[in-house]
Amino acid sequence: MANQSPALNVPPPGEPRPSAWGGLRAFFDTPVKRAVALIVLLVFMIAAPGIFGAYATVILTNALLYTILALGLNIVVGYAGLLDLGYAAFFAVGAYTVGILTKEFHWSFWATLPVAVAAAACAGVIIGGPTLRLRSDYLAIVTLGFGEIVRISARNLQITGSASGISSIEQPWLFGWHISSQRDFYYVFLGLAVIAIICSARLANSRLGRAWLYVRHDEDAAEAMGIDRVRVKLAAYVIGAIYGAIGGAFFAVNLTAISPESFSFQQSTLFLMAVVLGGMGRIPGVILGAFVVVLGPELLRDVGSLRLLFFAVGLLLIMLFRPGGIWPVRRA
Amino acid sequence: MADLLKLSDVTLGFAGNTVLQAVNFAVSEGAIASLIGPNGAGKTSLFNCVTGFYKPQQGRITFAGAELRPLKPYQVTRAGIARTFQNVRLFREMSVLENVMSGLHCRTGAGAIGAILRLPSQRREEAEIHARAAECLDFVGIAPSEWQRNAANLAYGHQRRVEIARALATSPKLLLLDEPAAGLTKGEKLELVTLIARIRNERGVAVLLIEHDTGLVMSISERVSVLDHGLMIAEGTPKEIQSNPRVIEAYLGAEDAEAALAL
Amino acid sequence: MTLANLLAAQLVNGLVLGSFYALVALGYTMVFGVVKLLNFAHGDLYMVGAFVGFLALSVVSSLIGNPWLAVALSALCAMIAVGVLGVVIERIAYQPMLKAPRLSILITALAVSLTLQNSVLSMTNGQIVAFTGNLGFSGLRLGGLFINYKQIVLAVTAGVLMIALQLFVTRTQYGRAMRAVSIDKDMCELMGIDVNRIIAVTFFIGSALAGAAGTMAGAYYGSIWYFMGFLIGLKAFTAAVIGGIGSIPGAMLGGLVLGLLESFGTQIPGIGSEWKDVFSFAVLILVLVFKPTGLLGQSEQERM
Repeated sequence: MANQSPALNVPPPGEPRPSAWGGLRAFFDTPVKRAVALIVLLVFMIAAPGIFGAYATVILTNALLYTILALGLNIVVGYAGLLDLGYAAFFAVGAYTVGILTKEFHWSFWATLPVAVAAAACAGVIIGGPTLRLRSDYLAIVTLGFGEIVRISARNLQITGSASGISSIEQPWLFGWHISSQRDFYYVFLGLAVIAIICSARLANSRLGRAWLYVRHDEDAAEAMGIDRVRVKLAAYVIGAIYGAIGGAFFAVNLTAISPESFSFQQSTLFLMAVVLGGMGRIPGVILGAFVVVLGPELLRDVGSLRLLFFAVGLLLIMLFRPGGIWPVRRA
Repeated sequence: MADLLKLSDVTLGFAGNTVLQAVNFAVSEGAIASLIGPNGAGKTSLFNCVTGFYKPQQGRITFAGAELRPLKPYQVTRAGIARTFQNVRLFREMSVLENVMSGLHCRTGAGAIGAILRLPSQRREEAEIHARAAECLDFVGIAPSEWQRNAANLAYGHQRRVEIARALATSPKLLLLDEPAAGLTKGEKLELVTLIARIRNERGVAVLLIEHDTGLVMSISERVSVLDHGLMIAEGTPKEIQSNPRVIEAYLGAEDAEAALAL
Repeated sequence: MTLANLLAAQLVNGLVLGSFYALVALGYTMVFGVVKLLNFAHGDLYMVGAFVGFLALSVVSSLIGNPWLAVALSALCAMIAVGVLGVVIERIAYQPMLKAPRLSILITALAVSLTLQNSVLSMTNGQIVAFTGNLGFSGLRLGGLFINYKQIVLAVTAGVLMIALQLFVTRTQYGRAMRAVSIDKDMCELMGIDVNRIIAVTFFIGSALAGAAGTMAGAYYGSIWYFMGFLIGLKAFTAAVIGGIGSIPGAMLGGLVLGLLESFGTQIPGIGSEWKDVFSFAVLILVLVFKPTGLLGQSEQERM
């Protein structure tokens, strides 16, 4: 039986669940019902561009991108318990690697993909190696610093196009299909999101996934059980980096132009918000969080510049009153 | 019998306090030994030195011939020493089974790729991890109905047993138990004595306990060592220790003195 | 400009910059000492201080003619306002989280920081606001070196505040209690010390210092915006770490060291002003990796 990773602060036993969610959960209690629900959801997502039109397709594509990145960050923050405030750096590494190699060196996109992944993995090892043994507060600031270093470097260096970034990135071909329209990219991201979800679920239920939880719960006890906590944390960090790089790579060819401002600290906090709002460590929660973060501003258009404030206050309220996130807490 | 664990002249200090002074101590293969002494004598600190959490300033610690001092805690466990803690340190929001499965991490090797691709080797390994953890839980006497419960929700006595199962899952050659009887009822203590004997007899694991319940210590130990203020003041069979005047003096004034004298 | 003059000018710049960093770093280190938390929102308190100072100045300058006095009074207002804000934040956001897992309180601190930033963002529409201190550009001329009066006043004020703080911590009862709480909070509770009150006082003072620094920065640089706390927060954290987190003299020393490092560092060929921040972050990472206890901190072995 798949044991889902627990929430960070499980409410004490006996606390009643909010009835609306409770009712919903109770309805989907058998695997058959859940499978049917997933299939319906999948069909809906496939049909969505047709139903909702071009503008919505763009928004949904963005939501799917955020889903992928939030799942990656979830591995770092939700599973391994490492507060990473500079996740956008890996997103940037993926995007810029693709941009530079396709634009300057005329590589095919598919050839650049493994390089982007390798580059992010290396970055993860270089930064994570010496710093993951630091206490969590310091680690948070160091990752923030690293995020800024990447952004500023991208802004200053010639090869990354300085402040104006890289434009006119060529969009890829796949067996005769030119992936260029918004619909094309929607389906690409949908596929990637599904893959990301499956990978995350499998990781959560594996030896490594459990090791992350042990280390997050009690580092010293985990060490006493023979778990090399630095290596385990590093694995989380590097895998998270890979998710980020893949998201970044496809982001670059989707937009055909990238600039340093897409990889700022604000971006990193949006990814973090997606992970926390929905429910750290739980895949459905993280997906919900990603959609809330992307769709929220759309639905709150009239609120304008207040929407970031909305999210910040929302995050604060969630941490104070419902640290498990919006997604309901499941009791063992 | 050969020395399995050997401490030679180990000295440990913190900010001016000497916690262990030139301690010489050994545990033989397959032995059941106890480490006793008044509160603050340095017993847990000795455990922490052995398991790599503290680094002594001087001395040597060898285990099955290998040097332990340079090793990190997780490496010590992999070398074959497992421990339980004075305050039960289970992974509170995880299930009982998952807690015990943590002990198997160091004996298995599947990584991220195996997990994502669900390779046959990984699936076999997962099944094995489940089976071995179940076997350890069976061994310590925790019923399968408890295995999916949150570790924190178990009765205290059961939690202690789960901690032992978790340590056993690492396939140790030496098991360090830090005050395993603290907080247990009389009946549970008797069960603990049986369990410790079975651990040595059926699994060949040497056991070293820190314990304050002198009755329990004297009934199970083959060898007792007494630590007081960081100094090893006596070692011998339970009978020898009970009549040792230095030991009695060290305990004088403590509630244990009467028990020690009475036995 | 001769080399000596160039170096002297950088020295002055470094000291002035360092004073800002030191004032903000003090708040970080004091709060860390008593609640063992890096208050992520601390840099944003500096930013709020700048805006409160700005508002206060617009009122005060119409009443008082002397621009220096007006700025000083505004700084005082900012100190009080931000000090109170700091205590409010501690009560509402941090106190309930003290028993929660570490990750939760860190994210809460981040949430507070973002709330402050975005509140001011909304109020100013993200615009840079001009801070008209009218302090002028005159100064002293020492040989080939020109030192602005603003620089002198700033450095001196910062120095005075730091000395006052040091006296407070060493000579008063509250100060002694603060140090006791940072060493062993539980023991202090057992000894009957009102730990909550001490924590509140610590937050007040630390935040007030940041608020003062904010107003002074506004007057010195002439402009303020909602994002100014972000960078200073990171720099101040770096300074606190360099000096040894938890140590008050360390924060002062660290601030000065960082200010000087940045000043002289940007003179190294290749590292222009665009790379200044990267340089500071690199220093931060190197210090954390190689000497996490900083210059004045002590190596700790944790007891299990």
